[in-house]
Amino acid sequence: MATATAQVSYLEAKKGILSWLFSVDHKRIGLLYLYSLITFFLVGVTLGLLMRYELLNPGKDLVEAKTYNQIFTLHGVIMIFLFIIPSIPAVFGNFFLPIMLGTDDVSFPRLNLLSWWVYIIGAVMALSTLVFGDGPADTGWTFYAPYSVKTGTNVSMSVLAAFILGFSSILTGLNFIVTIHRLRAPGMTFTKMPLFAWALYATSWIQLLATPIIGITLLMIVAERTLGVGLFDPSIGGDPILYQHLFWIYSHPAVYIMALPAFGIISELLPTFSRRTIFGYKAIAYSSLAIAFVGYFIWGHHMFTSGMSGTARFIFSMLTFLVAIPTAIKVFNWVATLYKGSIHVEPPLLYALAFIFQFMIGGFTGLILGALATDIHLHDTYFVVGHFHYVMFGGTGFAFFGALHYWYPKIWGRMYNKAVANIAFVIFFIGFNTLYFPMFISGLMGMPRRYYDYLPEFHVPNIVSTVGSWILAIGLLIMLGNLIVARFRGRKVTERDPWGGITLEWQTPTPPPVQNFDSLPELPLNGPYDYENKPQIKD
Amino acid sequence: MAHTGLVLPNSGHNRDAEANKFGMWLFLFTELLLFGGLFIVYMVYRMLNHEAFLLSSFELNVTMGTVNTVVLLVSSMTIAMAVSAIQMGQAKRSAMLLWITFALAGVFLVIKYFEWSAKIHHGLFPGLDYYNNLPAGERLFFFLYYIMTGLHALHIIIGMVIILFTIRQTNNGTLSPEKHSLTENAGLYWHLVDLIWIYLFPLFYLIH
Ligand code: HEM
Ligand SMILES: [Cu+2]
Repeated sequence: MATATAQVSYLEAKKGILSWLFSVDHKRIGLLYLYSLITFFLVGVTLGLLMRYELLNPGKDLVEAKTYNQIFTLHGVIMIFLFIIPSIPAVFGNFFLPIMLGTDDVSFPRLNLLSWWVYIIGAVMALSTLVFGDGPADTGWTFYAPYSVKTGTNVSMSVLAAFILGFSSILTGLNFIVTIHRLRAPGMTFTKMPLFAWALYATSWIQLLATPIIGITLLMIVAERTLGVGLFDPSIGGDPILYQHLFWIYSHPAVYIMALPAFGIISELLPTFSRRTIFGYKAIAYSSLAIAFVGYFIWGHHMFTSGMSGTARFIFSMLTFLVAIPTAIKVFNWVATLYKGSIHVEPPLLYALAFIFQFMIGGFTGLILGALATDIHLHDTYFVVGHFHYVMFGGTGFAFFGALHYWYPKIWGRMYNKAVANIAFVIFFIGFNTLYFPMFISGLMGMPRRYYDYLPEFHVPNIVSTVGSWILAIGLLIMLGNLIVARFRGRKVTERDPWGGITLEWQTPTPPPVQNFDSLPELPLNGPYDYENKPQIKD
Repeated sequence: MAHTGLVLPNSGHNRDAEANKFGMWLFLFTELLLFGGLFIVYMVYRMLNHEAFLLSSFELNVTMGTVNTVVLLVSSMTIAMAVSAIQMGQAKRSAMLLWITFALAGVFLVIKYFEWSAKIHHGLFPGLDYYNNLPAGERLFFFLYYIMTGLHALHIIIGMVIILFTIRQTNNGTLSPEKHSLTENAGLYWHLVDLIWIYLFPLFYLIH
């Protein structure tokens, strides 16, 4: 049986900063990602608050037009490539995927460490544009040609950074796919895998199959900038529409890299806090694959206004609507899971519920944008800004923080103050909706995105939105403050299963030892959420 | 794992040759897609500038291209033989075959070097006068030629590093008939490099 030394947690197994920076333990790598990600997220939030401050009044408040352009570009690049794409897989996937599968690490631990280092190199490159060269790019995170080929700002460095970050994303995806195929506990078939693992599986395939395309496209931008050849610049023979196609062939599937892991998180939170098996396990699992698959063929909906044949537009629009079906299947299953469950209202559940609410707003507004006629009116307005913040931030961002609250006691063996967490959630939630909902209205009124100035008739929604950004910031600060304090002062947790969860991570000691398990993990009889045959956990 | 009696049956720290090979295949997928993006661009511009691409392709040296194709095909064969050799426990022979592959890769690069420098000598490179005065379609052709064969050459160099590393491991005696996924993966990678050339060669040199 387990000896005393076997119980040493991964946090205490080795000491010193180097034992973290060069750790091949998937748990430590997950935390490395967490700390770096949150740092970049806060930089991105600061930039967001600056933009909102500038938009408080029409005309110039704080920054010049060009600076504003650089701010929203850097904000977009940070939030997309440094925060939301790696977020859930790199942090919680790394930490919990192996444990949920009942194994002690990913298939390629050293590759895993490499992917974090590559991520850091990419991040340093992206942020270096703040100090070196001719300032951060001012093209928008989409780097549309021909402007990105012509502007004097440091586009090449930002684009190379995105290329490097893509490489890191590929390595993580590759590692997860092999891990899921090779390292599941004996008896855990694919259809007995937790849904979080399913979500990561679908995500990893997209990471693998879409990222190389953007990689090569971005390299072409760099080549064009350095050698001055007309790949995408029409004045010297290139085709800018081709760039847009290549960009969105990656970047549309990339929104599923952001969304699918969040679906996985929600599918874990709901059964735990309603003590009930998930409704429609297979429907949820396979709809992830369906979304990943159909999501490949709908990139054209970003280009309805850039010149495409009528037939192409019609097809892209129709396929876009198709994605709503598997997505709706998930939402119905989640709601059905709650029905007649024994619901325990804890902070993670609040985040899950907010996710469902906000993601639905994001999804429905997405359908409005996917419809041809309305998109012509709404393209490049604040409606779009509202839509994607609802999906990425209100959806994936909230799922991320929900997951953080859910696994917090397992990761650090401490519990945060739940009352404070609830208050922070409420402020965060109100702030979020106050910040972004008015954008739908100003967008419908016709306010274009990516301008530091606007016409006076858009003033009211902008004031509301900026005030919302302050409320959100307060909520965020309280939430993070609460979590940071709890790391050092929080009530100690030693029981293995503080929430009454059922997946395998709740069978490990809290916090887990280096090799994760101290006895062979026991699988529930009928699938991963079989509460009726829940294995007895001995603390 | 030392400090506990428990060893999980499926452990990430097991030596898992299947996983190594699977991982390599996935990586090769991403490589194919990387070049795939370039092939799409090539296809689009070839359709838009059909005449210009046709004209430019006559400027490439088919003889050198053919020799290089043969060199790569032979190198693919030698590395496949190196894999069989290590499977049969003949480490020495395997190392020797890897050296031959390495040398052939070198030959490929040397020929490529002469090809490129002849072009550059004629002013056929972005930024040089002759190139800049070409019609847009021809400029695109040569630009794509440089990017695609350049990226391919980079892969050859990476492949050579991998082969050197494999040779070292072979000579160290760490590879055996039971444990040779390194050689196999080096082989897979090398076949990919070869395969991409098999597409590049006709696209640039042959189709008229
Ligand atoms: C406090 C939080 C945030 C605030 C105040 C904020 C604010 C803004 C504003 C005002 C813009 C529009 C700029 C314009 O079009 O003129 C913007 C753009 C954007 N935001 Fe945020 N945002 C926040 C968080 C996030 C998060 C969490 C994400 C992603 C997960 C995100 C992703 C983006 C992206 C991709 C753009 C588009 C940039 C571009 O147009 O190139 N933002 N944000
Ligand atoms: Cu899209």
